[in-house]
Amino acid sequence: MIDSGAFVQAMQDMGVNFFTGVPDSLLGGIIAELMDRRLYTPAVREDEAVAMAAGAYMAGKIPAVLMQNSGLGTSLNTLISLNVIYRQPCILIVSWRGHGGKDAPEHLVMGEVMPQFLDTMKISHRTLTEKTAMEDFKWVAETFMKQRIPVALFITKGVVKGLHP
Amino acid sequence: MRPEQGTLISRAQAIAALVELLTDQPVIICNGFPSREAHKIADKPTHFYMIGSMGNAAAIALGVALAKPNKQVVTFDGDGNVLMGMGTLATIGALKPKNFIHVVFDNEVYGTTGNQPTISNVVPLEKVAKAAGYLNVERVLDRDDLVYEFTDMLKKDGPSMLLIKVNEFAEDAGRVLHEPAEMTKRFMKAIE
Repeated sequence: MIDSGAFVQAMQDMGVNFFTGVPDSLLGGIIAELMDRRLYTPAVREDEAVAMAAGAYMAGKIPAVLMQNSGLGTSLNTLISLNVIYRQPCILIVSWRGHGGKDAPEHLVMGEVMPQFLDTMKISHRTLTEKTAMEDFKWVAETFMKQRIPVALFITKGVVKGLHP
Repeated sequence: MRPEQGTLISRAQAIAALVELLTDQPVIICNGFPSREAHKIADKPTHFYMIGSMGNAAAIALGVALAKPNKQVVTFDGDGNVLMGMGTLATIGALKPKNFIHVVFDNEVYGTTGNQPTISNVVPLEKVAKAAGYLNVERVLDRDDLVYEFTDMLKKDGPSMLLIKVNEFAEDAGRVLHEPAEMTKRFMKAIE
């Protein structure tokens, strides 16, 4: 399991210096760590977080947005009609609820279609694993720089240490 | 009665008055006629014209304001936009960025889609902002009050909201023709 502090440090080492989002239980450890480091600006909706990140990007920051995958649905129009057409990148750190069909009913549909959903929007994505973490982070940084549109890193259950180990 | 009795000016007249009072502040302008009109009245590299992502103008401006705390940041917003992203009033009210000025042109209609009524005739948006934690809020109906209050807000710590009641008149202004990715580059360079 990846330590939350190590995850945040890896993001900071990549140059990420603006973090916002809406919480999910799988992201609890990361958000607690970000708050400890006074790096986190809480948003009330995921599309707001994405738009805030876009503003921060234009003002010189490298932004990341944390959200549950349900928030991708909420953010769809902002991602398309702001980030994609205006070429405003951010790193989407998305918890993969409903992964493998094992979760509460409200997560199952998005859990199943999420990768195809992002493929349709032409947003690149990758799933973080402990074994490939270094390559995963490198891929995120390179894709961000190259594509200049949002790039998504999926977090599945048990990969990053949460609040309740 | 719509627009509110006593409303004298159009949004374009309000934009012209505001632009005269601004210097090099970044201005995030919401989608629809506000962007088209601002683009026609005074196209500046410090203007960021939105063509989509309705409801997100204040959130984009908030991102700029947080990333550049020493720069005053302005957003030109509309009543339909504010209602759509009303949670952002709470985020701004809670974070209290000192360098944030929220201008809302309130004509009580969705002007770009054919003047369908919004609900801002019964929901006073500046009072919502005040309750959310904005430090200064003003509601103005004419040009003199607009100039007085906006000049005052430029000197004060925010977050501030200036709600300008405007009539339904829309200027004959075409779409913003800059390519979106070019607008991003131009705006980033201008506010560096």
